[in-house]
Amino acid sequence: MTTARSVFSSFVAEHRRRRTLVVQPRMGFSGPVAMRRGLRAVAEAGVPAVGTVTLDSYTRTGQHDLAAMSIASGIPLNGYPLVALGPAVTAELVDGLHGPRFPIQVRHGSAQPEDIFAAMLESGLDASEGGPVSYCLPYSSVPLRTATRSWSRSASLLAEQTVDCHLESFGGCMLGQLCPPGLLVALSVLECLFFAEHGVRSVSASYAQQTSPEQDAEALWAMRRLCAEELAGVDHHVVLYTYMGLFPESAAGARELVAESVRLAVRTGTERLIVKTTAEAHRIPTVEENVGALRLAHATALDQPGPAAPPSGDTEVYLQARLLVDEVRSLAPTLAEALPAAFERGLLDVPYCLHPDNGNETRCVLDDDGRLQWWHTGRMPLPAALGGRRDHDRVTATRLLADLSYHRRRLDPVLS
Amino acid sequence: MTTFQIEQTPDGPGVAAGSPLKFVLSSVQSDSHMWNLVALQLIMEEMGHEVVNLGACVPVDRLLAACRDERPDCLVISTINGHGHVDGARVISALRADPALAALPTVIGGKLGVRGDADAELETELLALGYDAVFHVGAGDSGQAIESFREFVAANVRTLR
Repeated sequence: MTTARSVFSSFVAEHRRRRTLVVQPRMGFSGPVAMRRGLRAVAEAGVPAVGTVTLDSYTRTGQHDLAAMSIASGIPLNGYPLVALGPAVTAELVDGLHGPRFPIQVRHGSAQPEDIFAAMLESGLDASEGGPVSYCLPYSSVPLRTATRSWSRSASLLAEQTVDCHLESFGGCMLGQLCPPGLLVALSVLECLFFAEHGVRSVSASYAQQTSPEQDAEALWAMRRLCAEELAGVDHHVVLYTYMGLFPESAAGARELVAESVRLAVRTGTERLIVKTTAEAHRIPTVEENVGALRLAHATALDQPGPAAPPSGDTEVYLQARLLVDEVRSLAPTLAEALPAAFERGLLDVPYCLHPDNGNETRCVLDDDGRLQWWHTGRMPLPAALGGRRDHDRVTATRLLADLSYHRRRLDPVLS
Repeated sequence: MTTFQIEQTPDGPGVAAGSPLKFVLSSVQSDSHMWNLVALQLIMEEMGHEVVNLGACVPVDRLLAACRDERPDCLVISTINGHGHVDGARVISALRADPALAALPTVIGGKLGVRGDADAELETELLALGYDAVFHVGAGDSGQAIESFREFVAANVRTLR
């Protein structure tokens, strides 16, 4: 079967050649009119941008009847109800906007996205994101094996299409904060390998900005290297998310954190950045706030010198991630089997994550320089020389709350 | 997906005297936030109590089954996605309709409405449906709700047991 390259990956590849950072918002409205207005504003913002259709939480959890009832009664949802509205409405929504100059990605948060992918493909869209682990453990109570089977079917559906669909792993985010970069990089690469195992030919690996620019740069370089080593023959790129944890409440603090994420993206040669706005700590941003944030990110990127040289030799983040990827893969012939098995054995364990299929024996803290450090590596196979640690003291509530609010404490003005 | 307001006073009231209470802590079906539950568990454990944390996105039937199995002294619902008044109402109605759980002390806290400010009407409604206490985290709350919760536990430590 001959396939056409996805407009999404062609667009990213074109901007990689030109060395311009692709920027992207998170944006979802319940009505097609508002949604189209938002997409159009991003398309016409005058910056190299990808459009986003973010889905609502009823659609995310498969409760399409509740989404339909809300639409019928005029109750606004927190995103676009793709399945309830049906493919014809969505095809019309993106008509004349979606194309080689303006790719559109569906972002959803679903542990079981079959319905979503089917509706997306029928509407003529071919790029989405998520993953069997990253959209199960933090955002659902669906068993990991159920989510993995569902993601196997979903990834296969994308792979069967006559266009190369694009699929981004959300594995670099997990709970948004307080997850060590070695684990984030490993999860993101493992999910990309899971997609490739099902025949998906265009993927991206994600990483969410954390608390130390130096450590984050190490993580992005480590991910780029692992992708190059593992994803030969699969079209791939790296996407960074502006900080996903507790966001500064002040406009100045929020702008600074966004600017830091732009500088991080440019100096690591990261192709795409999902940008946050100054409204993040308070409410869902407006279209105008989103467009403003994209323009600011683009302008900040233009002011930066090009990428720095990658680190020479093996960094700790790389070695942690490499070890975890290898250990997980050694569990079973396929990642569809190995990923749930790895969580059952505690070989992978996301700190603080309460999902019943996560061991929740591991802990992470910030050190005095703002770098994420393991506090307890539980049953994960990380030796002490690689940052593995099994501290017997508990992380106190005071320390946890201080670590969670690190960027607020750093960037918001102190009120007297 | 981490917007919550929980601060704590390290030496606040409520450290358990005598035997600890057993709490079941849970979110509601539509709420995927987790850090509020993680922090609240630590705070309650540091108060000297035992916590069974059911996590995020818990369907009503699973929540009820866990309460029947665990037989806690008190159920704590924490939700911050703004639909707490709707989902929280479904939880308490199901709980009070269940003969085994009709008398279980149950409280709810968090950002209960989509409007950031404290909404007295929501609170009255949730109390009328059967919650024993409501701890609304309003805009700019820097620990009042959690402090009220500590005081509630301290004041009721005998009757809850």
